[in-house]
Amino acid sequence: MRQPFSRFVFSTFSFIAALAFVAIYPSPMAAASKLKVVTATTDLAALAAEVGGEQISVESIARGYQDPHFVEAKPSFLLKLRQADLLIAVGLQLEIGWLPPLITQSGNPRIQVGAAGYLDASQFSEILEIPTGVITRAMGDVHPLGNPHYWLDPENGRRIARGIQLKFAEMRPDDATYFEQRFQSFAQRLTTAEKTWDEEMKSFHGSKVVTYHRSWPNFAKRFGLDVVGYVEPRPGIPPSPGHTVELIQMMRRENVKTILVEPYFDLKTPNSIARQTGAQVIVLMPSVGGEKEVTDYFKLFDYDITLLTRALKSAH
Amino acid sequence: MRKVFVIACILITPWVASAQESNDTQERLKALEERIRSLEAEVQSLKAAQATTQAPAAQATAPVAQTPTPPPEVQLPTAAPLTPSGPLPVYGGASAAAKALNPDVSVIGDFIGATGHNPVQSIPAFQMHESEVGLQAIIDPYARGDFFLTFGEQGVGLEEGYITFTSLPGGFVAKVGKMRSSFGVVNTLHNHVLSWIDRPLVTENLVGGEDGIDDAGISISRILPAPEGIFLEATGQVFRGDSGDVFTSSQRSDVSAVGRVRGYRDLTDSTNIDLGFSYARGHNDLGSAYRTELFGMDATFRWKPLRRAIYHNFLTRTELVWSRREQFPSIQRAFGFYTSSDYRLNRRWTVGGRYDQSDRARNASLTDSGFSGVLTYWPSEFSQIRGQYRYTRYADARDANEFLFQFLFVLGAHGAHPF
Repeated sequence: MRQPFSRFVFSTFSFIAALAFVAIYPSPMAAASKLKVVTATTDLAALAAEVGGEQISVESIARGYQDPHFVEAKPSFLLKLRQADLLIAVGLQLEIGWLPPLITQSGNPRIQVGAAGYLDASQFSEILEIPTGVITRAMGDVHPLGNPHYWLDPENGRRIARGIQLKFAEMRPDDATYFEQRFQSFAQRLTTAEKTWDEEMKSFHGSKVVTYHRSWPNFAKRFGLDVVGYVEPRPGIPPSPGHTVELIQMMRRENVKTILVEPYFDLKTPNSIARQTGAQVIVLMPSVGGEKEVTDYFKLFDYDITLLTRALKSAH
Repeated sequence: MRKVFVIACILITPWVASAQESNDTQERLKALEERIRSLEAEVQSLKAAQATTQAPAAQATAPVAQTPTPPPEVQLPTAAPLTPSGPLPVYGGASAAAKALNPDVSVIGDFIGATGHNPVQSIPAFQMHESEVGLQAIIDPYARGDFFLTFGEQGVGLEEGYITFTSLPGGFVAKVGKMRSSFGVVNTLHNHVLSWIDRPLVTENLVGGEDGIDDAGISISRILPAPEGIFLEATGQVFRGDSGDVFTSSQRSDVSAVGRVRGYRDLTDSTNIDLGFSYARGHNDLGSAYRTELFGMDATFRWKPLRRAIYHNFLTRTELVWSRREQFPSIQRAFGFYTSSDYRLNRRWTVGGRYDQSDRARNASLTDSGFSGVLTYWPSEFSQIRGQYRYTRYADARDANEFLFQFLFVLGAHGAHPF
């Protein structure tokens, strides 16, 4: 009966058994003191840190200066995800190119879509630009569920923080009051900061700007900017000569003197547009960590509003 | 179960009742019937309500029900318009909400043209090489499903179709179905994510050609404990044993197996290395007594500056394959490899090259070699135009000079970016 098959099956299954053995060896489910949180972007990490404080550890997959549409699904992220108790995603298909395979490969049942450890922050936020009517890719890389750059309105930041707080409380009921207190403190500081930001932006209400990508609808709505055009002819489509010419004409006509560019886009086209229109290019941070000094959610708006008001002042 | 019991009761009751013939039992029967009807109606309305509320929840992915007391200011933008005010009747399930649970559908067209001369492996001037339909969805809280159907020149094939169990204990990820096996890197890749129009010579000669080791079976993988910062993953797979011209299963016990260990490390934020060792064994077309074994090594280096990821990146990869094929009169030990590099010049253009060399599996003394230069243009993320100059020197000193060109286009759901 010593068939090659039986030997073969033996070797195969001994391999699987070896795998199983290795599986038993580390036990990540030890009664860990801190809730392990992984977020898709740095902004969600910043908000989670505001609420979670000492009781959580948080890491972001994407960096603040990285295009969140084009993060690579690196295996090193799996090392973070496999240990995570909670994964917070931006949702609205922002991470569609890289987060789903990471979740699948993580081997972590806690953070699978629909599990208790998966939180889609978009459910808490006011979402703009939800397309109505016919949607096709002729419009570029449209997000059928709405614009995913929603964290750039502090009001949404507050709502997300609240959602995160409730999730933390659900996962760690013993620390619920701690999270509640931290949220209240965050909300208060945010209200104070919002007053300052509103004050600074007040005199620039209705200012016309051009942005590179459609990253700023929530920010613009909140602070009264009027986004009149985009450097990209369509979302996700690189600038074309024809569109650039039209944009320059429009900017001259409408007297637009400010171009906002995300840190991950090439400045060549915006600079050339600026030269021909006398406008100023400013690299605005869409996310925490985009620049070294932008270390938390407050500094994100501090940084952007300082840059913006300076540019708008000189344009006036 | 309860319903069956109730029905059984109804069926039995007349037997008992007939003896007594009382109006009393008749009335009770009626009451029971009424009750069944009302229960059925309740079940229907519950079903309807479930179908309509589940759909938006699936879109928003994190069910709201889990948050115990939602904050008053929280809005649920996607869920609101679809939720009905009360239970709905069910009309054959053809509601808009039912569509929300359809899988993500995508179609990828792969058109290939060729000019020049190839005396050994001639491909037509134009061909709609492959139309791949992808159907992907989360099945239930424990698994997801992926189907890739390919409509080629010869008919329809199932390139892959498998269930992935994502919620296994112990960090295991299991796949069951038909899948591209984890032997090396290029074997796992679909045509539309390759850096070239064709596949390397070593794949053609030693690893089963275009389809590669693609078979029905079971796969188990797990991330292994490793020093800080190193990703180590092991995969074990058992297949039926039929894969192109590499493995043939003449009887049920002729299964094949594939094992792979992969190590990965970030060198910096923008650079990383990826190493893999693979092993495959199975029976070949000469019968159950003849085995073919493959051993593979692969190394990849990637550079992608995070701030300019969409404009510039560089990837270089080498795969080595050793084949040991039992055949008459003597065992053939063949070796082959390719080494390839791609550089993204800007957002739309990528240039690349590949060097190929491979012995033939059935006659290892014959060695083919060649090289290719590739230029790719991306109008958008969803279409790609590629040209490839390919020179091949076949073992019997015959040369092939060809220019291949390809149009790739993607319809429907936005798939994952290749890594």
